[in-house]
Order: sequence, then C-alpha cells, then structure tokens
Amino acid sequence: MAAYRCSYSAVLLILCICSVSTAIDSEETTLTGAHHVGEVDNTQTATETGEQTTEQPVVEERRWEAIDVEEATPGDSDIDEKDTSAPETIVPLTVPQLKDDFQEELVIRPLHSGDIYASFQFRTLWETDFMKGNKVSHYRLFPKSLGQVISKFSVQELHISFTQGYWRTMQWGQPFLPSPPGAELWVWFQDSVTDVDGMWKELTNVLSGIFCASLNFIDSTNTVQPSASFKPLGISNVTDHRFLRYATLPREIVCTENLTPWKKLLPCGSKAGLAVLLKSEKLFHSSFHSEAVHIRPVCQDLLCKTTSWELRQTLNVVFDLHTSGQGKREWSLFKMFSRTLTEACPLASSSKIYIDITDNPQWEQFELSPATPLLSQALVLGDRRTFSVYDLTQQITFGTVRSLNLLIRWKSNEGYIHYQPSKDRVRPHLLEMLIQLPPNSVTEVTVQFERALLKWTEYTPDPNHGFYVGSSVISSLVPSIAAMDTNSTLERPLFSSFFPCKEESSYFVRIYTEPLLVNLPTPDFSMPYNVICLTCTVVAVGYGSLYNLLTRSFQIEEPSPGLAKRIANVIRKVRGVPPL
Amino acid sequence: MATTEVERRRGQLAALSIAAVVIIVGVPLWWRTTETYRAWLPVSQIKELAKLQLQLSADVEVVFARGTVTPEQQKKVPLTLSQDEEHIVDEKTALWYRYETRYRTATIMEEDALNQPTAAEADLSLHTLSESPCGSLVVYVIPESSPLLLQDVNVYIGQRRTAFLRVGTQMRVGRTLEQLLAHLEPQLKQVLQLMSFSHADITAALSDRVRLIPGNKGGIADSMRAFKSSPGYEITFSLLNPDPKSHRVHWDIEGAVQTYIQPLLTKLAPVANFSIDSQTLYYAMLGVNPRFDSSRSAYTLNVDSLAHVINPVEARLGSNAASSNPVLNFLLYIPDAHHSPLYIHDHKKQEVPSNAFHSPRWGGIMVYNVNGFYGSEVVYPVDININMAKVMGVFLAQLRLLLGVQSSSPPPGFLVAPCSSTGLADWELDRLMWSRSVENVATATTTITSLAQLLDQISNIVINDNIAQQVSSAVTSLQLAVAELEAGNLGFALQYSKEAILASERAFFDPSLLHLLYFPDDQKFAIYIPIFLPMCVPILLSLLKILSEARQKHREKHAKKE
Repeated sequence: MAAYRCSYSAVLLILCICSVSTAIDSEETTLTGAHHVGEVDNTQTATETGEQTTEQPVVEERRWEAIDVEEATPGDSDIDEKDTSAPETIVPLTVPQLKDDFQEELVIRPLHSGDIYASFQFRTLWETDFMKGNKVSHYRLFPKSLGQVISKFSVQELHISFTQGYWRTMQWGQPFLPSPPGAELWVWFQDSVTDVDGMWKELTNVLSGIFCASLNFIDSTNTVQPSASFKPLGISNVTDHRFLRYATLPREIVCTENLTPWKKLLPCGSKAGLAVLLKSEKLFHSSFHSEAVHIRPVCQDLLCKTTSWELRQTLNVVFDLHTSGQGKREWSLFKMFSRTLTEACPLASSSKIYIDITDNPQWEQFELSPATPLLSQALVLGDRRTFSVYDLTQQITFGTVRSLNLLIRWKSNEGYIHYQPSKDRVRPHLLEMLIQLPPNSVTEVTVQFERALLKWTEYTPDPNHGFYVGSSVISSLVPSIAAMDTNSTLERPLFSSFFPCKEESSYFVRIYTEPLLVNLPTPDFSMPYNVICLTCTVVAVGYGSLYNLLTRSFQIEEPSPGLAKRIANVIRKVRGVPPL
Repeated sequence: MATTEVERRRGQLAALSIAAVVIIVGVPLWWRTTETYRAWLPVSQIKELAKLQLQLSADVEVVFARGTVTPEQQKKVPLTLSQDEEHIVDEKTALWYRYETRYRTATIMEEDALNQPTAAEADLSLHTLSESPCGSLVVYVIPESSPLLLQDVNVYIGQRRTAFLRVGTQMRVGRTLEQLLAHLEPQLKQVLQLMSFSHADITAALSDRVRLIPGNKGGIADSMRAFKSSPGYEITFSLLNPDPKSHRVHWDIEGAVQTYIQPLLTKLAPVANFSIDSQTLYYAMLGVNPRFDSSRSAYTLNVDSLAHVINPVEARLGSNAASSNPVLNFLLYIPDAHHSPLYIHDHKKQEVPSNAFHSPRWGGIMVYNVNGFYGSEVVYPVDININMAKVMGVFLAQLRLLLGVQSSSPPPGFLVAPCSSTGLADWELDRLMWSRSVENVATATTTITSLAQLLDQISNIVINDNIAQQVSSAVTSLQLAVAELEAGNLGFALQYSKEAILASERAFFDPSLLHLLYFPDDQKFAIYIPIFLPMCVPILLSLLKILSEARQKHREKHAKKE
C-alpha cells in the first residue's frame, strides 16, 4: 500500500483539458494541492423522490411480484394480489424432504453520484440444531468448515465482515448492510460456554485460518463487550452481554485471498449462478468492496415452532463508472464483472436480479435492456423502492442467446471525464475533463494526495528540494471579436498561423499552469550511523575521562608565571638583567 | 620524587581495581543478565532412550484336547516354556521377541465347547467360557478326527484370540512330549506370526527410527499405505457431484455410518479416537479428463492418471476447522452426464471391479456410475438414491487398509474366520495395537532425542519449566511403555506410548522455543561494541603498562643482585 501511495504523490501528473466557451476573461481555473476533492456535481440531474414514483400509474404490461427484502408492511398486500409471475418450473421431488434451502440474489442500484452499487446476497437455511452440544456432522448445502466452527465453539451467532474502502453515505445513501472499513467480528456464544475468553481466542484463530485474514491479531486489547448496541439478530434467549465479543481490525486489507475462501462456502462455488460474476480482478478494482458472513438461528415459520440456522453471505461493491467508462455513461454486467449470466445455481430455490428503478419510473434517466415485465416493490430502510426483477430460474430470462447481459444506458450526457489511474512506478495519473463553464464564475479543480515515503534508493541526491508535478493544461476555444480567416493556405505571418482554425468566430488557446513542487517526507539517511557514533562518543568520553582521572598520576607543579611577568623577563634577559 | 612515586602507585592501584571490578562484578553481571533460561532436562535418560532395546512379550497358551496326548505325555503337563528371538535392526535399535508358552490339557468345559458342530460355534462358546487378555493367544490342539475342521484345513483362526490346530496322524502314539512339541512347533510359529506380531510389521512400525532397507519395495509400499499413528483421526465422507443440473443425488450417509462404520470404530476405540463428518460438494471436478473408449462405449480413467485426480479435488475438500488430527478422506464421485459411465482401468487395461482406488495416507475415491437411473427418456435433473451398502463395502475395506489393519494372506492350510459385524477380529486389533505401540515408542523416542539434540546444539533457545516438564513426562511414559511391552501388558503399553507421543510433540512444537532463536552475532556485536570497546581498551592498555613496568623492575632488581 505504501508503495502505491509513493508513486501517487511522486509522479503525479494531472492533465486538465477544459473547454471554455464563454467569457474566458471572467473565469479562473486553478489547480491546487488542497485537501478536499472538488466534485463536478450537476444538480440539474436531481432525481425524483420515492413518493412520486409510487403514485404514478403502473404501466399495464408490467407485472408485479411480491418479495421481502426487509420486512414487508401490510400495505404490500395489494401488490401480492397482482402477482402473476410464471408458475414454478421445478418438478416436486419424490425423494425425502430436504431440510436445507439455498437462495441467491443480486441487487443493482444506480447511485446519485453516478456510481453503481451491486449487492449480492446468498442465503442457506438449514433446519438443524447446533445447540447444547448436539453433534452435527453431515452437511449438504451448509459449508462443513463453518458448521464445525459453530458446534465446536458453541456459537449462537456469528457476524464477520471484510471491507475495503469507506462507504460514502453523503454521496451513495445508505447501504443494505453497513460494515466498517477493515475486518469486523462479533460473536454471541451460547450460555453453556464457561470460558468465553478462551473460546473467543481459539475461534478467532480458526476463523483467521478459514478466511485467510489476520483475525488472529484479535486479543484482549481490541475486544470489547458492548452492553447495549449489539443485540442478537436471530432468535435467542441469551441477552447477557458476557457472552458477546466484538472486535474490529481497521488495518485489515481485504483482497483475493479473502474472497476465494468466501466463495468456497457457496454450494455452487463460483461455477454457476450469480457467483460466476465474482471475479476478483474486477471486484477489487472498485471504490468500495465489502464481503460478510452472518450466521444466526432464525424461525422456520410464523409460530416459531422449529428453528433453523441461517447462513447469509453478502458481498457489496460500488463500481466507479469514471475509471472504466471512457466517458460514456453505460453499464453492463459484462463491463463490470467481465462475465455474463447463463444459468442460475441449480441448487438454489430462488435466484433473482433486482434493479432499483425507483428514481427512474418512466425510463427518462436510463434505459434497461433486456427489458423485464416483472416489477416488485419492497420497503428498504424505511423507503418504498421499486425494482425490475429478473428471475434466473426461468429459462425465458436468458432469451435466445442463452445468456443475460444486463445493460443500463444513461440518456443524459453531461461532460466528459477520462481518468486513468497511475500504475506503481510504471505510469502516472491522467485526468481529462471536458467542462462547459458558466460565465463570471470561478471553477476550482482540486486533487487530493498523500505524502508517502519512497524506497530509499529512489530518492534523488537532493531529496529536500522536493519533487515536481508537471503543469496542468487548459485548452479552449475562445470566441474572438474579429472574424478569423479559416483558409490556412493563405499567406500570413508565422506567429499567427500555428494553431489551425476551424471556426471563424473563435480562436484556440492553451494555458499551462505552474508546475507544482511537492515536498515529500525525507528520511534521515544517516540515522543508524549517527546513533552508533553518538553512543560510542558518549560512552567513550564519560568512561575515558573517569578512567583518566582515576589512573593519572598527579604531581604539584610550580604555577607558571603570568604573561606580563614573562614578557618582563624576556625584556630583562635582553637587557642582561636577571629575571624576576 | 617520593610524591610522584606515590601518585604513580595510586594510579596503578586504581587501574588494577577498575580491572578487578570489571572482571569480578561486571563480567558475571553481564553473563547473568544475558543468560538464557534453560531448565533442567533428563539428558542421561534421553540418551538411554536413544539406544532402544525393545522387548515384546506375548503369552501363548497351548491347550491339548482329549485324544491328542497320551497319558505319559499328559503327566508332564502343565509345562511352561519360553522362547526368545533377538533381532538387531541397526546399531541403535534392537528387538527381542519373547513367547511365554504354557502347555496344558483342556478342562471339561472346554472339551464340551470343542464338541460343537462347527468351528465358529466352538470359537464362540470358548469365548464365553473365558476371555483371554489383550495381546495373548490360546491355541487348541485338536485330534485329527475332530469334525470341527474341514478335510484340507489344518488350522482355523477364530474371530477372537483363539486358533484350532489339528495334530497330524503320525504323532498319535509312542512319542515323548518333546517330540510332539517339536512337531507342533512350525505350525505354532505360523499361527503366532499371523495372530500376534510379526517381524515385518514391527520393523515397518520402526520406520521412523530406522531407515528401511531399499530393495524390499512391496514391504515399503505396504508400510507407507497406512496412516501414521496418531491419537485421533477425522474421517470425512464427501459426495462429489460435478453436475447438479443433471443429477440430484441423495445419500443416507447418517444411516450408513451407523450401520457400517461405527461398529468398526467402536472396536478400534482403544487405538485412537475417531470423528466422522460428511459433506456434499457440487461442481467438484476430477483433475483429469477421462478418455472415451469407443469399444466399450464408456469413459475410462487409466491407473497412471489417477495420481492427478486428487489435487484439484483436495482444494475443495477443506481442512477440518475443529481439530488438527489427520483426515481420512473418502470421496464418492458421481460422473457428470457427459462423461458417464466412467470406469477405472488397471495396468492390464481391465476394469477395476470395485471402480475405486485409494491413495496412501490420504483416503479413497470411488466412482459411482448412475446410468441405470436414466431410464428410457431422460428428464433432467434425475433423482438418484445411492446404494449405500455397495459404497460402504468399498470404503470399509479402504478404511481397514488405511488404518493399518493388514490382512496378510494366510499360509496354505489355514482358514481365517470371516469378519463379523464389527469388521475386525480381536487378534487383528491386537496386531494393530502391537505395531502401534512400537510405532508410538519409536516416534516419541525420535522426537525426544532430536529435541534434546537441538537444544544441545543451539544454546540460544530458552527452555521453560513447562517444556522441561513435558519432556520429563514423555520420558517417564516412554519408560513405562517399554516396561509394559516387556511385561506383555499390551493395553497399558499402548496407553503409555500415546501419552509419550502427545507429551513429546507438545514439547517439540512449543512456540516458546522459537522466541529468542534468531539472535545473530553481528547484531550482538553492534550492541556490545560501543560499550565494551571504549571500556576495555584503556583497561587492557594500563594492565599491559603495569605488567611491563613490573617486569622492568624485576629485571632491574635482578641486575642489581648480580
């Protein structure tokens, strides 16, 4: 990570190309190394609110389907009646009733900031009993490794999340499942456990092995027992917070090695169903990435006569459209995940994709292809949202090409941003923006950077001078007062004919800003040598003088005569007079 | 002049006393504070253990049934003879085998039992009469006319610790007991080799200590197959379904484990603890593409490619999260619809009848073809119920092999009773316990001696009290185990050897041994030089000066005298 930051700051080259169409003299475009990111925000694309959407009449050919993303309110009952979704294609089994069930779904929500939020949820329900030393040893859909952890450590509830990046609530709104940056683990133990701390220590070690994470660094120094805020999420009769342990590791860096074991827990692995989209090279090339595992006991039915265990694996990811979009606002499954969907996981009882179209009921903002007739409403985080639903268990969803590549194409096209992130010690950053500036305004483009240490061999001989960041460039067409002659073959002075002229009413201008001199933190290269020298000197001086003082032989000497006396003696000698 | 002389003396004294303080106080202080803590270890006892003298004793009882001994012969029994065999395996390991053989005539109740119509019934009723202890054997010598054994069978090995031996015709009359015993001797020896420890087993068990002699390839392969001795094993059954779209597979693993596997494991409980798991893995592929054999219209896996099958599957199996015992994997592979049926071919290109193979010290894989379920017209997914009896038969045989329950083929004329429901005869368990005890003792002694060697060589390692305690307890348990083996108490010997191995491993892998291991000399010098160099140079110089002055004075004195 440190190395990444190094080059970020060291070889930061920013190229800004701004096209200014009106009143260039009243504008000022600056590039500063200040501390906040100036977003080119267009408030004109403000979206419609949820209330407006629900009031609008539903288009006839759309069908409704009832789902429960969170708890459905009684108001949803009228939607249930409209449920005309196709009948189940799965033939009922002639074999013993299976006690476990698997569901998968993907929610895609275009965010206000222009990013895309994709949330995967995989749920395995198993009607079994891990409680009270009951030995469970035969697994089908539920992963064996987690089952063994639950039985060995008498776990009542387990929640673990690995997150890279910070969820920007201001720009993105609320996530479906919030999680802190780094790793978070909280566990409720069963009340039969006597040595909770010992169990917790062992459990973190085992989990760190399962998820390839440094959870083994969890110890008493970063473990707490919250008494009020982390209540059990499943059914439970334990509320004594002595059985709760909570720990976070904010430093934990999430990468492929955490995703691979997470994918292994899925019954279909990454071979079929929605999980084929989980390619790590794409998932980690995103603004926010969070994967989590939640295990808890839940009710099997309304009366809660039987309990079952729920394993919920979630993966939330926010893709930045600008890094990969080449300026065009277009999104597709293939573009984001470099895969398309061809089938649902055969073991899943339900496999669906939801696209949030609440802000876009009449397709005025973006269009969706292929279109789906299925619609669904759900109450999420206190807000009624409308979703387009693609049911992957239906063969018709995949169409004639037998693969589903969802495409969201935005209609409005404001500006152009091309951003190419740097590669460590290979290439610099490149940021190009096409902006139309209003007259008499100040536009400020700021770039945030971090100062970091380079490798010690990469410092120049005069590192304290600083490192240069090249000038940024503003290229624009400025309206001209006099009409220009566009015929370039005509005889003209050389100084006036370098830039070709396309239009008669404007001329081309390119402005370079000052280069930036960045002071990087510079290490003291001579530090180890200094320490040794200083120590040696101190010890040698102290000890040596003491030793000298003790071993030197002292003898009384006649005090030497003063300077005046000596001079007088010299004179007396010259004179031949005996000295004083 | 006198004052300068006094000053000079005083300076010399000061230099000497500083040198004395540095040597008397400073050096011991430095030594004490930088010393690594090393608790006392029973080094001499460990050295004794390095030279292993194992003595194995087995009690054998030879019972003469009515009609096998003449009255004169009968007068000399009961009689106890002991037989010793010595084998020097290598310069540090020696083996002693001792058979304490007790000869006696059968009691009336035993005679009754021997009159049962079949050997199996006789075996059972003798067992109910008296139960012989672990590690001992009873051989009944029965007359030639006895109906217990079939015509061409001379020896019958029962399910417990008994064997029936038919005495030959020519030995009926007019011989002394010694001659009779000499006649019985070779057959008796064969029985002992089969039912108790054999030299081959014991040397194989010593493989941790003794390098096996190359050349005996089959023996090495046999000894490498079984898992190493461990206090516990995890058995995992995995159903691999690479094609859940076409096959919906159901297996009653819970019932099958209860019926087929659990009785064997209950019987093996004294040897180790076992825990059983099962899981179903979807989209788990084999590592090799099977070849299509058009003559048989089937896919085939060659014996050479089997080695490549396991690795890709292994990645999906996952390790046991709850313990660190070795895992025995048993995989049931359902070939996908496009590669079905799938058969395993041996070296002669023949189908392996069980369609299964095992990998030494890893587990077994069985391919289960499901073409029979397709019927006339296939509607995917097909529901498949697995015949667990067929599967478990194969897995049980593999489990026996992997656990080291060897079924070496009996010599001609021997009849071994078929396996009971537990899948393991008492004498098979004894054999396993003999070799496991010896193996544990061998492993524990190697661990302890190499630990002692390591600690001896690297003086930087801290030896804490708990490690010293573990080492002592390992040594004590080892000594007890050796003593119990000598006394013939097999059960206790195994128990102590297990304790020894646990304690020795705990000591060897204790993390506290690693704390100060890396402390290179250049870093030590970097720390010491700034302090020691300015301190020692003046001291040494003034000491040298004093010495030379003293010598000078001495010489002057000498010169004066002359």
